Amino acid sequence: MDYERLLCATGPYEGEILRSSDNKHPHKIAWIHCVGSRQVLPGGNSYCSAVCCTYTQKQVILTKDHDADAKCYIFHNDVRSYGKDFERFYQRAENLPGIQFIRSYVTIVKEDPVTKNVTIRYSTPDEGVKEEEFDMVVLSVGLNPPRNFKDLANRFGIELESHGFCKVNPFNPMETSRPGIFISGAFQGPLDIPESVFSASGAGSQIGELLNFRRGNLAKERIYPPEKDVLLEEPKVGVYVCHCGANIGRIVNVPSTVEYALTLPNVVHAEENLFICSSESAAMLAKDIRERGLNRVVVAACTPRTHEPLFRDTLREAGINQYYYEMANIREHCSWVHSREKEEATRKANDIIRMAVARACHLEALQEFDLPVDKRALVVGGGIAGMNCALSIANQEHEVYLVEKDTELGGMARKLHYTLEGLDVQAYLRDLIRKVYQHPLLHVYTNAAITEASGYVGNFVTRVESARGVAEIKHGATVIAIGADVYKPTEYLYGEDDRVMTSLELEEQIAGKEERVINAESLVMIQCVGCRNEDRNYCSRICCSQSVKNALKLKEINPGMDIYILFRDMRTYGFKEDYYREAAGKDVRFIRYEPQDKPGVESVREGGRSVLRVTVTDYVLGKKLELDADLIALAAAVVPSEGRKEVAGLFKVTLSPDEFFQEAHVKLRPVDFGAEGIFLCGLAHYPKLIPESISQAYGAAGRALTLLSHDTVTASGSVCEVDEDKCISCGACIMACTYGAIDFYETPQGRKARVNAVLCKGDGLCNTKCATGAISLKHYTDEELFSQIMAAADKDITQQSGAEA
Amino acid sequence: MSPGSKIKPKILGFVCNWCCYGGADLCGVSRFQYPPYIRLIRVMCSARVDMAHIFLALSTGQHGVFVGGCHLNDCHYITNGNYDAFGMVSICKKILGHIGVNPDRLRLEWVSAGEGIRFANIMNDFGAQIAKFGPLGQSEGIDEQVLKFRLEAAAKLVPYIRLVQTERMRVPVRTEEAYQKFFASDEFNRLFEETIAEKLSIGQIVALLQKEPLATPGISRALGLTPSEVSRFLISSSRQKLVRYDEGLKRYALA
Ligand SMILES: Cc1cc2nc3c(=O)[nH]c(=O)nc-3n(C[C@H](O)[C@H](O)[C@H](O)COP(=O)(O)OP(=O)(O)OC[C@H]3O[C@@H](n4cnc5c(N)ncnc54)[C@H](O)[C@@H]3O)c2cc1C
Ligand code: SF4
Ligand code: SF4
Ligand code: SF4
Repeated sequence: MDYERLLCATGPYEGEILRSSDNKHPHKIAWIHCVGSRQVLPGGNSYCSAVCCTYTQKQVILTKDHDADAKCYIFHNDVRSYGKDFERFYQRAENLPGIQFIRSYVTIVKEDPVTKNVTIRYSTPDEGVKEEEFDMVVLSVGLNPPRNFKDLANRFGIELESHGFCKVNPFNPMETSRPGIFISGAFQGPLDIPESVFSASGAGSQIGELLNFRRGNLAKERIYPPEKDVLLEEPKVGVYVCHCGANIGRIVNVPSTVEYALTLPNVVHAEENLFICSSESAAMLAKDIRERGLNRVVVAACTPRTHEPLFRDTLREAGINQYYYEMANIREHCSWVHSREKEEATRKANDIIRMAVARACHLEALQEFDLPVDKRALVVGGGIAGMNCALSIANQEHEVYLVEKDTELGGMARKLHYTLEGLDVQAYLRDLIRKVYQHPLLHVYTNAAITEASGYVGNFVTRVESARGVAEIKHGATVIAIGADVYKPTEYLYGEDDRVMTSLELEEQIAGKEERVINAESLVMIQCVGCRNEDRNYCSRICCSQSVKNALKLKEINPGMDIYILFRDMRTYGFKEDYYREAAGKDVRFIRYEPQDKPGVESVREGGRSVLRVTVTDYVLGKKLELDADLIALAAAVVPSEGRKEVAGLFKVTLSPDEFFQEAHVKLRPVDFGAEGIFLCGLAHYPKLIPESISQAYGAAGRALTLLSHDTVTASGSVCEVDEDKCISCGACIMACTYGAIDFYETPQGRKARVNAVLCKGDGLCNTKCATGAISLKHYTDEELFSQIMAAADKDITQQSGAEA
Repeated sequence: MSPGSKIKPKILGFVCNWCCYGGADLCGVSRFQYPPYIRLIRVMCSARVDMAHIFLALSTGQHGVFVGGCHLNDCHYITNGNYDAFGMVSICKKILGHIGVNPDRLRLEWVSAGEGIRFANIMNDFGAQIAKFGPLGQSEGIDEQVLKFRLEAAAKLVPYIRLVQTERMRVPVRTEEAYQKFFASDEFNRLFEETIAEKLSIGQIVALLQKEPLATPGISRALGLTPSEVSRFLISSSRQKLVRYDEGLKRYALA
């Protein structure tokens, strides 16, 4: 955390990495993982803090950004890159030059009193025990429960669990021991950002269930000042350039861009700001616009995809039309991607600002309008995630249609029997399915297929063919919870020898008390089968826990069984670490293998009986082992659902490179899609355990409710209009517009095209079809686009000396 | 000018809000680096990008133009407008080739909002490619002013091209294969020659004569056409009453 502050612009050295002892730049830096976590010593925490592996990698990448020659050493235990895209992030850090990941426990030997360097002792398989000196050592310290947790718990009358975090319902990690009190975020235990975000939405949804009867009682309508009519005024542009802490300011010379902006035509004011999106700055901005009589505003900062709504609101507060706003993205598209070329980045920022100003001068005031919201929701997929989400929405008095392609509800959970914590999954599932069927507002369609989907936020129409016939369902929100499938292994004799099975099959057989499983003498589990490889470059997240769970269950039934788990990294993150330790304590043998040296499996006869012989290199002992097993269980990967492409196509949502569904923002909008009114949860998003799926399901319900609880949604002012004088009634636009937003109508001048603003989605396709330029998309008119192109061409900026030679 | 000219590549990009702009954002969030050559213009859908924008960009000094949309069938809109962008860019490249501009100066790519790394890779690759081409005219071996003039003439034809596109160059089904096949087909080449190619040449002659009356050799020199091609176009444009022969000047002039 101290190091994070060092990297930060608002940190002690304004973003420079310096040692506090002598203010020198460290070049050789060591990170030590798992400090204070995964320990059984007094003062340490037994659990894994679940976020440190990945935050360390982030720090390493940022360090290399600051100082390309830095040498970074990461001393780690297992590298737990179990989250969405984490595996790729890990590879990125690993592939940077001058970076070494070393799997070793370390001890800190001493600090040199003169050089202030620190010596660390560690060991490698090749070189044995070594001592090495570093300029700086960063401890990847773990998470503790909040300091005043006991007080807090007492005051609210909620119980804590043994590590001092909040005790929660294991099937519903937001529910505390006291009804009516919910928690979100890392008080549940170590969590990373996306999970904290969806647990917050999820807690919100559950509170909504309780307080639904008085929803809307305290709502106050925002009143904006009347809009000033500036149609006849000359453009008066204000340019506000944001440092974004150091995110922009460290690379782009912000003061010089401000000076530059002042030289541009129509710019009457320019200034810089440290964080323009803070609420104080926004209030200042509104005041400034009013006082200076600005009628166009350009904010040069981050991406309009997240921040445009905020600043448009500021313009409304300032009493000018919100469409007089333009954003110059000098962070995502400039400082962050050209961080080694400060001058060029500054020049580019100037160009971007110039283009934005040119465009701003051509912007027109546009009016938005309200569309009614259909109060019903559609949930696609009746697994644990889909059912929980549907129930939570229905409990807030919205009708829900739950569409399941299978004959029964339950999904993957039908094959799961117990959890790591020992809960009975089937009992939970039975109860859940009963609640779903009994809910008067919840309509279940099984054996169902979605054949058509159309409409838009607040007003979707979906056609469902099911056992109940064909239905055309109208709904305002959509949730996608179609889950995932299990990889069918082609390796390790799977499918050839019936003693080789997947973990899931093993679990079913354990639950079925199959003789050959319960009475087996030895069993080998092989982790990471079918993922963390080139084909599927991600970690399936659940399998390490599932294998530990199965191993513990087997040990409980048959303590004498020899169980081996062959793993790459044991990713029992968070409290699951305790079970890993418990398994090791019960003589489950954990043997690490390297991906380039995978275990071998063959069927041989040994002492008159047929066994499966597993060969594996043990890196701790440094030799090859042969294990004779009666059974082998493969931790087969979780793979994206078969129907993903079809569903993505129908609802116009995207898939990530791994082909799970792509949320709007990995960290901050983990249950929203880019497309409005559509949400996601469960395995469809990424592999996750049952409590995590449930948490996300409530999160999706919470997000859906923020839409469904309103009577209207606001439709954009950026729609098409037809200049009737130019329209020659050719119909090209009508043919192109699959939204059916354009039709002909009779005018005294003959038949003319006309746009229905409610239906127009503002994509602008029709503009490029109209031969006469009669139809034009507001806010993206040719005039506006041409002005940007012309501004981009400004000569004196990009032509360097020598150009004329 | 030496081949390794020091002029920094100038690229203008048009990217759709939902996918490619998001990909470029994610690229930033992930700190993937690429050369600072490109300036981006945000549109809601790649289908909003028009040939007129591309011609204007190239004729006002850009060395390359990038168009980025969602992957085919992933368009945020049910119009599947990225197929239209595909069609527009295919025809535009053909026109660029026809008027002597290296068609590789125009690049269309699909980048989803989840593909930050892909955006960076494309920027690195396209940046290097455009750096090699240099400013307009350099890799073509044609005078920059001549090319700009031709681009301006082509821009005037955009309304006509739209008509031709709507009426005669429609691909029956929206699949990548169908689009690729159509724009690589002889039929497309034939249609192009019959409709757009001829108009382009005539359009250029008209634009040239607008400045000053010229005789055949002068026209062929200025436009880089053979004298026989020039006479063929002059005949057909005289017939369309676009140009006339001025007996006094012994030159062609606008009708
Ligand atoms: C191999 C494996 C082992 C696991 N082990 C554990 C464990 O030990 N402990 C634990 O806590 N969690 C475990 N999990 C995770 C757990 O199964 C999930 O978190 C939980 O079941 C939530 O799943 P879901 O509802 O998102 O998806 P699913 O259960 O997959 O449900 C999705 C539903 O959508 C339906 N569907 C699919 N496509 C369509 C369509 N086009 N139209 C309509 N319906 C559709 C499917 O039929 C299915 O019913 C495991 C998961 C896997 C894959
Ligand atoms: S077994 Fe599964 S959870 Fe464990 S590291 Fe491999 S893919 Fe990840
Ligand atoms: S912008 Fe799109 S939705 Fe609107 S009229 Fe044009 S084609 Fe139709
Ligand atoms: S394409 Fe243009 S001219 Fe044709 S009907 Fe539509 S608006 Fe009118």
